[in-house]
Amino acid sequence: MFDEMSGSNETVRSPYKEYKNWVDSEDPAWLRKKSDQAEEFFRRTGITFNVYGSKEDAERLIPFDIIPRIISAREWNKLTKGIRQRVHAINAFLYDIYHRQEILKAGRIPIDLIANNEAFLPQMMGVSPPGNVYTHIVGTDIVRTGEDDFFVLEDNARTPSGVSYMLENRETMLHMFPEIFSKIRVQSVSDYPKNLLRSLAASAPECATDKPVIAILTPGIHNSAYFEHAFLADQMGAELVEGHDLRVVDGRIAMRTTQGYTPIDVIYRRVDDDFLDPINFNPISQLGVPGIFDVYRSGGITIANAPGTGIADDKAIYSYMPEIVEFYTGEKAILQNVPTWRCSDKQALSYVLEHLSELVVKEVHGSGGYGMLVGPASSKKELALFRDKLLARPDNYIAQPTLSLSTVPILTRKGLAPRHVDLRPFVLVSPDGIEITPGGLTRVALKKDSLVVNSSQGGGTKDTWVLRE
Amino acid sequence: MLSKTAGGLFWMFRYLERSENTSRLLEAGFHISLTRANSAEDEWVSIITTAGAKYAYEAKYKTYDAASVIDFLLRDKSNPSSVLSVFEGARNNARMVRTALTREVWEAINESWLAMKVLLVNPVHERELPDVLNFIKKQSAIVRGALHGTMLRNEIYDFAMLGTFLERADNTARILDVKYYVLLPSFSFVGSALDNIQWETVLRSVSAQRCYRWLNQGEMKPMGIADFLILDRRLPRSLAFSYANIVQHLNFLAEEYNIKHTCHEQAKTIHTRLKTKTIETIFEEGLHEFITEFIENNIELGNQIEADYNFNG
Repeated sequence: MFDEMSGSNETVRSPYKEYKNWVDSEDPAWLRKKSDQAEEFFRRTGITFNVYGSKEDAERLIPFDIIPRIISAREWNKLTKGIRQRVHAINAFLYDIYHRQEILKAGRIPIDLIANNEAFLPQMMGVSPPGNVYTHIVGTDIVRTGEDDFFVLEDNARTPSGVSYMLENRETMLHMFPEIFSKIRVQSVSDYPKNLLRSLAASAPECATDKPVIAILTPGIHNSAYFEHAFLADQMGAELVEGHDLRVVDGRIAMRTTQGYTPIDVIYRRVDDDFLDPINFNPISQLGVPGIFDVYRSGGITIANAPGTGIADDKAIYSYMPEIVEFYTGEKAILQNVPTWRCSDKQALSYVLEHLSELVVKEVHGSGGYGMLVGPASSKKELALFRDKLLARPDNYIAQPTLSLSTVPILTRKGLAPRHVDLRPFVLVSPDGIEITPGGLTRVALKKDSLVVNSSQGGGTKDTWVLRE
Repeated sequence: MLSKTAGGLFWMFRYLERSENTSRLLEAGFHISLTRANSAEDEWVSIITTAGAKYAYEAKYKTYDAASVIDFLLRDKSNPSSVLSVFEGARNNARMVRTALTREVWEAINESWLAMKVLLVNPVHERELPDVLNFIKKQSAIVRGALHGTMLRNEIYDFAMLGTFLERADNTARILDVKYYVLLPSFSFVGSALDNIQWETVLRSVSAQRCYRWLNQGEMKPMGIADFLILDRRLPRSLAFSYANIVQHLNFLAEEYNIKHTCHEQAKTIHTRLKTKTIETIFEEGLHEFITEFIENNIELGNQIEADYNFNG
C-alpha cells in the first residue's frame, strides 16, 4: 500500500516534508478544534449537497478533512501532460464519431459499441460546435497506486461536479491556517471561475456579440449539486436559469427577464442530455427547453458540454481509450487505463463471474457510486445477487481489478490515520486551448480500509495542494 | 434581471415579513390572554382570522385554546402560513436567488433557518413563548439589517422592498379588518376597561404601542389609533408609510427600466387616497368598507406587479 505522506516505508515523502513538520508541532486538540470550526463554516455558508431518497435532512454536508493532499510540481506536470493528451483525443473522437467515423472504418473500435449505445446521439450527426469543442468542462478521475503509477478511472465528459468544493475547500484552509500558506508555496486555484467564464465566452456562437451572455442551466434547488450551480453563477457573474425561464424567441434561446425576453449565447448546462429538450429527447422532461436542440443545430447557441458527449465517457468506451488516444494523437497514452473486462464479451464475462469477489463491477452508464459492486467488501449474498444481474444483462457492466488506492492521512480522534483517496482535476476546453487548474477535488474514504470515496456513499473531501516549482 | 430572480426576492421578503408579523400577532394575543383570561378565546379566534388561517385551523381543531393556536401558527407544517412554513419559504426563495444576495444576507437567512428548525422542533410551551417570539422577530431583523447594510440599491433591492411593504400593508390592514369594530365610536360607548386593552392589543400587534404613547402622551383614542395605523407617514407599519415606499421603489424600477406599467398607476392611486383622505372622512364613509377595499386593491397590486415584471412567464 502506498501512502502519499510516508511512501511505502516510514520516511516522509518530499512534498509533505514541510507540512509534516508543521502539523507535528501543533497541538492535536487545537487541530481538532479547527476541524470542528471548518464544519461549522460549511454549514453556515450552506455548502451542502442533496441526497436522493433520503427524507430527513435532505441537505447534507460533505465531511471535510483539514489535512491537505499534496502533489509536487513534477508529479503535477506529468499528470497534466497526460490529461491534456487524453482530453484532446476525446474531443477529436467526438468530432469523428459525429462526422465521418474514421475510427470505426479503421476497425479500431467495434461499430456495435457505438450503434447500440444509449449515449450515442444520432441527432448530433453532422453538427459542428464552435471550434469543434465538445467537452468544455471535464473532470478526469485519477487514482494512484505507487510512486509513479497513476491511472485514469473515469473521464467524466458529461457534467462533472465538485469544482465548488475545490474552491471552497481552499477558501476554508486559507481562512483557518493562513500561516501555513506563507511557509509552503501552493499554486492558487481561485482563477477557476474567471477561466471558466473566459473559456465559455470563447466558445460562443458566431451570432453572439463581443460580450456573450452566459447562463448556467440548473434543474433547480432540489438537485444534488444545486449549491455548486449557484456558486459558479455567482462567482462568474452568469445568470442561473431553469428550463422554465427559457424559451425559443426568433431562432435564439431567450431568458425571461423583468424587461421581457433577452437572448443567451452560451448555456453551461447541468442537466443531462435526455432532459435537455422535451421535443427532441425525453418528452416528459420538465427541466429542459422545448426546441433548444433545433436552435443549437442552427448555430443559435452553444451548449456546454455538447449533447452526446456521453459516448466518450461511457464505461465500455473507456476500455478503448488507449486505442482512441493513439488513433487521434499518434502517440502512446501517457496516463494508463485501469485494465477493464467488458462483460459483453463472453470470455471476459466468465472470467468476471469466476473472480467476482476480487473485482469492482460497474454499470456502463452509472455514476456516483450507485449500482456498483466492490467484490472484496461484499457479502456472499450480495455477490450472488450481483451474479444474477450480470447474467441477465452482461452488456450493462464492466469489471476492473480492485486497485490498492493510495492513502493520505486524515485527522481522527486518535491522530493522523491513512485513508484511501482519488483525485478529480478540472479541465477547461475552448477553441483557445486546454487549461487545467492546479489542484482539484480529492475525495477520501473516511472509513478505515474502505475504497469507496463517493460523497453519496459517505466519502469526504480534502484540499488539494499543487506545490510551486 | 431574470424574472424568476425578481419573483424569488419579492417572495423571500414577503415571507420574511409574514413570519415576523405572525410572531407579533401571537405576542399580542398571548399578552391579552394573560391579562384577560375570560376574553382569551375570542382573542385567539381573531388572531387566527387575521392570519387568514380560520378555515385550515377549524379543519384541524374544534376549540380555540392557547396551546393549539400557538402550535398551529408557529410550527405546523400543514399550515402554509405558520412561521416555520413561511420561514422555510423565505429560505427556499433565498436559495433560488442566491446569486442576487450578498454573502451576508444569505448567511443571515441560512443561519436563521437552521436555528429556527432546532428551536421549533418540539411544541413551544407557553412559558417559553415570549423568548421564542423574540428570537423569531430578531432573526427577521438580522436578515433585514444585512440587506440594508450590504446590498446595492438597485433593482434587486427594489423587488425585496416591494415584497416587504406589500406584505406589511396587507398585514396591518388585516389587523384593522378584524379589529375595526373596537375602533368604532359605537363600541367605545361601552366604556369598559376592555376598550383600553383591545386598543392596546391593536397597537401591540404592529409594535406601535410605544410610538403611539410618545406621540399622544398616553391618551388612547380609537380614532387616533386608526389614524396612526392608516394615515401616519411616520409609523413604519402604517398603510401610508408602506405605500410611500411601494411607490418609491416602483418609481426606481421605472427609472431603471425606462418604462411605467399598469402597476405604477395602481400604486399611485392607492397612495394618493392615503395622502388626501382624513381619518374623519374615512370614518364617515365607513372604516370597514375602506379597509376591505384597501385589502382588495393591495392584492390586485401584488398580482399586477407579478404580471408587469413577468414573474410567472
